[in-house]
Amino acid sequence: MKIYLKIWRQKDASSKGKIVDYTMDGIEGDMSFLEMLDILNEDLISKGEVPIEFDHDCREGICGTCSLQINGRPHGPDRLITVCQLHMRSFKDGDTIVIEPFRAKAFPVIKDLIVDRNAFERIQQAGGFISVNTSGKTVDANNIPIRKENADKAFNAAACIGCGACVAACKNASAMLFTSAKVSQFALLPQGRVEATERVQNMVRQMDLEGFGNCTNTGACEIECPKGISLENIARMNREYLSASIKG
Amino acid sequence: MGILDSKIPSGPLAEKWTKHKNEINLVNPANKRNIDIIVVGTGLAGGSAAASFAELGYNVKTFCYQDSPRRAHSIAAQGGINASKNYQGDGDSDYRLFYDTVKGGDYRSREANVYRLAEVSGNIIDQCVSQGVPFARDYGGLLDNRSFGGVLVSRTFYAKGQTGQQLLLGAYAAMNRQIHRGKIKSYTRHEMLDLVLVDGKARGIIARDLVTGEIERHSAHAVVIASGGYGNLFFLSTYCMGANVMAAWRTHRRGAFFANPCYTQIHPTCIPVSGEHQSKLTLMSESLRNDGRIWVPKNLEDAKAIREGKLKPTQLKEEDRDYYLERRYPAFGNLVPRDVASRAAKERCDAGYGVNKTGEAVYLDFDAAIMRYGSEKALTTGLKDADDAHIRKLGEEVVEAKYGNLFQMYEKIVDENPYKTPMMIYPAVHYTMGGLWVDYNLQTTIPGCYAAGEANFSDHGANRLGASALMQGLADGYFVLPYTIGDFLADDIRTGPIPTDTEEFDNAEKDVLDKINRLMSAKGVNSVDYYHKKLGKIMWNNCGMSRNAEGLKDAIKEIAALRKDFWENVKVPGAADDKNQELEKAGRVADFLEIGELFAMDALVRNESCGGHFREEYQTPEGEALRDDENFKFVSAWEYKGEPKDAKLHKENLVYENIEVKTRSYK
Repeated sequence: MKIYLKIWRQKDASSKGKIVDYTMDGIEGDMSFLEMLDILNEDLISKGEVPIEFDHDCREGICGTCSLQINGRPHGPDRLITVCQLHMRSFKDGDTIVIEPFRAKAFPVIKDLIVDRNAFERIQQAGGFISVNTSGKTVDANNIPIRKENADKAFNAAACIGCGACVAACKNASAMLFTSAKVSQFALLPQGRVEATERVQNMVRQMDLEGFGNCTNTGACEIECPKGISLENIARMNREYLSASIKG
Repeated sequence: MGILDSKIPSGPLAEKWTKHKNEINLVNPANKRNIDIIVVGTGLAGGSAAASFAELGYNVKTFCYQDSPRRAHSIAAQGGINASKNYQGDGDSDYRLFYDTVKGGDYRSREANVYRLAEVSGNIIDQCVSQGVPFARDYGGLLDNRSFGGVLVSRTFYAKGQTGQQLLLGAYAAMNRQIHRGKIKSYTRHEMLDLVLVDGKARGIIARDLVTGEIERHSAHAVVIASGGYGNLFFLSTYCMGANVMAAWRTHRRGAFFANPCYTQIHPTCIPVSGEHQSKLTLMSESLRNDGRIWVPKNLEDAKAIREGKLKPTQLKEEDRDYYLERRYPAFGNLVPRDVASRAAKERCDAGYGVNKTGEAVYLDFDAAIMRYGSEKALTTGLKDADDAHIRKLGEEVVEAKYGNLFQMYEKIVDENPYKTPMMIYPAVHYTMGGLWVDYNLQTTIPGCYAAGEANFSDHGANRLGASALMQGLADGYFVLPYTIGDFLADDIRTGPIPTDTEEFDNAEKDVLDKINRLMSAKGVNSVDYYHKKLGKIMWNNCGMSRNAEGLKDAIKEIAALRKDFWENVKVPGAADDKNQELEKAGRVADFLEIGELFAMDALVRNESCGGHFREEYQTPEGEALRDDENFKFVSAWEYKGEPKDAKLHKENLVYENIEVKTRSYK
């Protein structure tokens, strides 16, 4: 396959970026999207040019590191996958592919296609935990039976890999899906109920401080989420937040 | 032994850990506030250790090369975590978990360490549940279990195919709580480039800020290396792309002995290599062997027809299939340990029975499981006369609920539907049992320098059992280091902060800068990946699933020559004082080119077959591994002496007082 690439290049956080054109030939369908970029980079290195920097690590869709906006969609055209799981068979000969970093005010570009997602770190530090010491001096695990339905829902919320696709997909660059997934996981478990009020207040406050936008229920985040995190979580977080506000 | 003191406490096996905890020094809570600890790596071992130290009151600095501690590769562990809870009432106990692990490791691990691991395993589950880790549950609301290879009980706790992620998020949440309190300072996108010793003790590190390229000095009273394994030296592996041996190797170069470098785990169920462009291999969880049956065609001509695309696996009759694991190992069948399953797949493929284009794949078939689950589901839902198609549909639903995400992952990569046609799998490098030598306290041979998780060597012997890596990482971090590190730090309550404007830090930083300059100023002929791929080929061909003396000697020569070439001709574009992924890779490959040689030397010295280390010269007539307990019942611990070829071998003899050492059999 022959592929025409338009890739965002930006030297560093303070420089201005621009789209640069590259053409690739001999691309096979079995190659992953990132392997295609590896080949491009090898080519650039051999020509003495500076290769394109992009974030990636596990290359099996679980670490949440990769973060490319491909033809305007986070993680590219397929659903329920990250970029590293995208294969070139999803494209055809002669296609033009535009590759950009995730775009959001709260995710400043570090270099080329790499963004700074520390805002997510700070949201979790504000309350994304259960305050239990790690001494192991807790009750036996089976002393806390949990309805399978709730356990499954908590698991589904906990499947979030923190990649930021939800923010990149949202026209308001809202982090509601991400934040609500964490709030939901703990809100659904008896262990997490104890601090539920403070948790939702602290996490939402931090989310707002980071400059993420508001949620206007377009649902783009759920569509683009590689783990299929449900909008239901946003509803649950709103409910938790409201009830926390009433309790004061 | 002299130089290697494992510091195993005296007394009966089951009482050693309690006794030891009662006897070691403690640091009082007020003094902990004056003591700093550096933790390198934030996976299960590093993350759990950092959170626990901070809770105790120490000041902690964590370092990871990822943009968040949560992205460490522990996150990719799929199948589960072992614990001797015996919730299933199937006869499990601490002793049985201990026994299985020692036997699984082919009698090359340390008894006391493994027993401690088994002893704290139950507590890990309690801890994780209280942190909100969403383990799988049954309809009664209690925790569910499944089986993994090499054992006869169900002791594996799991969260679908994402157990590692959920456990790491638990440890990460515990870290976040401490970051929020200011007790942990988390340095992300940072890489440790050297260990700094002051008066023979580990007192700090030199790190590079990967965004700005700045070289930084960080001091502490103790340093914990929890940076994972070195399997990426094979280039293709199930490791993440960034996994590297740098922190452990630079620690080794500063005096920490490196133990059993040749013990590597080759995981039997990975998606086969598809072409030259491949950058990494993807694991299909061992849990699939609970339900999947592994086979190849019985006849060579069928295998050939399948390879050529003239025959489909589903067309092959039952009697024309060779379920070789069930045939060779009737007692454990498809659930033999990983090393055994991997070698058996290689044996069949080498004999010409491989089923993909390259002849390097076997089938993992869910058809029997789909029909079995389907029938059960039909009966329990009152469908007494469901036809085969209906039963299959019901069965596929059950299998999807159990392994859905893995099946989806497979289909995305291979472009085939594993519900309809068997998966193709082949072994791939997955884990390294070798690592920094540590004593019972997890302290390396450098005072004040500790190693935890995959970065150390202690618990898995020559082969790790499935679902034991998560257990060990969390045991080390939550329940071992928080006690044992105090024994060392008790002497530091009056030391005060360690200054970084000293000669020791000057020298270490100069070494680091020299190395970076050499990389940046090499002739610039070949890319870093060129060397990494070449090294990977040498390793896979000569030091992979089976090894022989001649191949190992070749590997030693070839790696040394490749290393020389690398330092002269590697091409690193860009600048050193900038974000530069090629420079990051170059530093990592430079270290792989050293450990690769030591790896081959270690495999050459070990004239026996044990666990993942299979020397072709030493096998039984049936092709099983042949151990030599008389001459090789030891841990090899290598001391750095300059070039890898000059490394000095020390031996720690292994003593088995509680287990009878016998031939490992899964028949």
